[in-house]
Amino acid sequence: MVRHCELCNGKRAALVRPKNQQQICKDCFYTAFEEEIHQTIVDNKLFKRGDRVAVAASGGKDSTVLAHVLTLLNKRHDYGLDLFLLSIDEGIAGYRDDSLETVKRNETQYGIPLEVVSYKTLYNWTMDEIVKEIGLKNNCTFCGVFRRQALDRGAHKMKAVKMATGHNADDVAETVLLNILRGDIARLARCTSIITGEEGALPRCKPFKYTYEKEIVMYAYFKKLDYFSTECTYSPNAYRGFAREFIKDLEAIRPQAILDIIRSGERFRIDSTAKMPEQGLCEKCGYISSQKWCKACVLLDGLNRGLPRLGITRTRGKGSANVVETVSNGVEKLAVSRDDRRPSVSAIDF
Amino acid sequence: MHLTLEFGGGLELLFGSQKKHEVDVVPPNGMKEVTMESLLAWIKENLLKERPEMFLKENSVRPGVLVLVNDSDWELCGRLETVLEEKDEVIFISTLHGG
Ligand SMILES: [Zn+2]
Ligand SMILES: [Zn+2]
Ligand SMILES: [Zn+2]
Repeated sequence: MVRHCELCNGKRAALVRPKNQQQICKDCFYTAFEEEIHQTIVDNKLFKRGDRVAVAASGGKDSTVLAHVLTLLNKRHDYGLDLFLLSIDEGIAGYRDDSLETVKRNETQYGIPLEVVSYKTLYNWTMDEIVKEIGLKNNCTFCGVFRRQALDRGAHKMKAVKMATGHNADDVAETVLLNILRGDIARLARCTSIITGEEGALPRCKPFKYTYEKEIVMYAYFKKLDYFSTECTYSPNAYRGFAREFIKDLEAIRPQAILDIIRSGERFRIDSTAKMPEQGLCEKCGYISSQKWCKACVLLDGLNRGLPRLGITRTRGKGSANVVETVSNGVEKLAVSRDDRRPSVSAIDF
Repeated sequence: MHLTLEFGGGLELLFGSQKKHEVDVVPPNGMKEVTMESLLAWIKENLLKERPEMFLKENSVRPGVLVLVNDSDWELCGRLETVLEEKDEVIFISTLHGG
């Protein structure tokens, strides 16, 4: 039994769209997928003509499709953007090596230049060396914090004025849910913003904010896009894993749930008496930080002094953002309790 | 019945890192047809090498695993009730790995 496309009535339907259950053919899907992203970019004024934009590229499905679609839309709608791929080499043997190969192929396929920034250059530590010091348990704290900064620093170094990331609707819904589960009001308030970081650091935007993961993977599959899919060897935290599973279970019953969670997140009114962390600059490196030192500098300091667990202690508190503890050897320790709870969005997918 | 199965998006790791599998499947006892539901049971018995929970949940695929039958979303043809035919091509893609 062949079903015909609801839009063109001619060709065979190839998929059911999660957002509206429409049954459409490949060609109508490509058009809808690309033009909805174009609409998101235009409606939210994500870019300006002449912007130099770093496309955060991990070699995974989201960033590969993002690089493809942005290159295509930039030409089709004459955005006038100067696009380049930006990749981080964490120094995870086997994992990043293969995915970097994918990004290098993307460079040729899409005809936009690639810049690679390594942990080793930025921090003088590879991820493998960090894990050797700290063990497997807490490494994703490092993964998330270091990767986030590495992208900003790399983009800054390459004179980008903006960064585009491949976060999709499923990712945003998951983050809304996680921030509720953690009671993280400050992050709940801003995690649905389509552009973040305008206050100081490089602005980041999410052209896929309303794009379902299912459609991204279908698009990559039908278009035979070249992407890399292996779990990060240092796999992300279990709590996020449960939230993801929950989102996927909801989607299976009612796909609209994903967009509804995002809409709920957007419409929360945050109590103005809730304590928001103040944004300042790190005294050590100048990166945006709500603390004296940014999280990366605290972690790095610990590593360099042979106290790798410095900065990853979880502190229970009533919303206080900065707790100073004294450890047994008398060294004052900055336990950045709030930052610690940052969802490590960038663990494997960014 | 001869079928071509393909696993992608990281799922191949559960099948000995092999993406494409040419298989012959017989309908389960007392049945005339092979449905997607019986195919999944067959895969679990005969093909899946490790961590079944990464691929299956209850009697279906784990949410987040996309299924295409002859290059069409299985949601178009009845998911578990889809009746398979000789030489059909079934593709499973995980959306759950990496970004
Ligand atoms: Zn059509
Ligand atoms: Zn990680
Ligand atoms: Zn710093």
